[in-house]
Amino acid sequence: MRFSFSLFAVVITLAICVPGRAQGRTYQLGSTPSEEEIKARDIAISPDGKELPPGSGTAKEGATIFAQKCAACHGPNGNGGGLTRGIVPLGNAKPVKIGFSLVPYATTVWDFISRAMPQSKPGSLTVNEVYAATAYVLYRNDIIKETDVLDAKTLPQVRMPNRDNFLPAEPGWKPGQKRPFGYYP
Amino acid sequence: MGSHSHSDRRRFLTRGGALVSFVMGAVRSVRGQTPAPEGIAKDNLAYGQPSKFDNTIRRTLGQATAISDTALTTPLQDLDGIITPSGLHFLMDHVKGVPDIDPKQHRLLIHGMVDHPLVYTMEEIKRLPSMSRIYFLECNANNRPIRGPNGESVQNVHGRMSTSEWTGVLLSVLLNECGVQKEASWIVAEGSDANKYTMSIPMAKAMDDILVAYAQNGEPVRPQQGYPLRLVVPGWEAIRSVKWLSRIKVVDQPYMAWHESGNNADTIPNGKGLWYRFEVGPNSVITRPSGGQRLAGRGFYEITGLAWTGAGAVTKVEVSVDGGRSYKPAELQQPVHRFAHVRFRFPWTWNGEEVVLQSRCTDERGEVQPTVAEAAKNLGVSPDYFYQADHFNGVQPWKVNRDGSISNALFL
Repeated sequence: MRFSFSLFAVVITLAICVPGRAQGRTYQLGSTPSEEEIKARDIAISPDGKELPPGSGTAKEGATIFAQKCAACHGPNGNGGGLTRGIVPLGNAKPVKIGFSLVPYATTVWDFISRAMPQSKPGSLTVNEVYAATAYVLYRNDIIKETDVLDAKTLPQVRMPNRDNFLPAEPGWKPGQKRPFGYYP
Repeated sequence: MGSHSHSDRRRFLTRGGALVSFVMGAVRSVRGQTPAPEGIAKDNLAYGQPSKFDNTIRRTLGQATAISDTALTTPLQDLDGIITPSGLHFLMDHVKGVPDIDPKQHRLLIHGMVDHPLVYTMEEIKRLPSMSRIYFLECNANNRPIRGPNGESVQNVHGRMSTSEWTGVLLSVLLNECGVQKEASWIVAEGSDANKYTMSIPMAKAMDDILVAYAQNGEPVRPQQGYPLRLVVPGWEAIRSVKWLSRIKVVDQPYMAWHESGNNADTIPNGKGLWYRFEVGPNSVITRPSGGQRLAGRGFYEITGLAWTGAGAVTKVEVSVDGGRSYKPAELQQPVHRFAHVRFRFPWTWNGEEVVLQSRCTDERGEVQPTVAEAAKNLGVSPDYFYQADHFNGVQPWKVNRDGSISNALFL
């Protein structure tokens, strides 16, 4: 009895310790990732911010981080490229890139800083540094105050200036439907 | 003679004709008298190279931008048929460098709103049922109307597009293996480049015809095109065809990542912005004779070019040799593949006068490629509005001058 119990325990332990069990429904290929693997790789942040990790930062803190890790490319005042091209009203604008004006959600800024900055070592900022750098960028674009604290709750509530100035993808058009002559560009 | 006609034609048509004529002249003096070269490098036998007499077709380095270190454009004026050799495929680098990925270490993770998340090795992906399709990829900034010294050639204006035969697994096969949940409506695809490039794609397209490709023209996908694994999203702007694909998250909303919002949204004249364009419009361009080339003299030439559309199949291409006053149908190379470049050909005799050559595409939905004037009228703007605009699919006119030189006549 004692022996069979041990064997049972060993089998159970083995089953738990081997996450590589084939799971694909039809072809039985691929393996089941661990929760930890998914968590470690799941860096995408949705507009509602549900994936935002705990942490916080202000523009004031962000200014220090900016000077240390961002100014080399973006310039000491952030006007060396990409950061403060200003918020441009969309009306009558030429159809050229006006970067920041076209960002609909503050989560987009957090997400891109988190995954792609600084360019020399993308993904190396701590969570608090990402919050602070995001706050600094938003502050420099006159979207939040210098002392506003950004965290998982407040960041998704930041209203980007042109949030409501976008049409849904090609109004009334769904992929596959014919469009009026000359719709493009 | 047949084997030389191609070179002769290129001699007359290639940009910088004088230089090429000189080179060809040099070739001519030894043509047919050169003994078979001895001691060819073994690599050249193991992986063939073009003839040394005709090994000049190259991508050019386009204009780098704030978001792109590297812009390699396909030399459309030098290519025939519809397939772009893999080494000449265009590249618009949004990711700060091409990653160097060991396929043994590469994993594709699919998770989110699925019944059971899965992670695949490359070996496992290659065991799944495969599919090959000929599809074009086109950057949304292709055909951007430009002026000046860089605005003359079809390579500079239209070279951000290429066509390959792609082989891989349908994305729907992978998603079905994971069991997509009912509430899911989008996927977020992510690359394993330094910036972890991200794009949102509607579920309807993801379950339709998107390929998760590991081969390009019979070989492994080239590193610059996404080795070892990439998305190929047929008919849609190539910014969605995520390269170096390593993760797919199944979600219920678009995630508005930087490259799909701030970096690639547009404004339109009524004061609104557009986030998503998805399909490319009906389009075509004459690749030969084209801007920067020079006709050797009056007489017969074949006008040839490419047509494509995000709708699926190109059904008609018309060519005008009088600046758009009249059009005649061109011959389409068969078979016409949906979502692929279509080669068209049109016989023409140049009488030595100044003429404007242009082409116009109609697709299976009956959508027609507009001229820049027609597009401007539709939007209620002046044609200049489209200067450097993305998504432009207007008719491209090439002006043949009396001396045989050819220039971009979009903004005369």
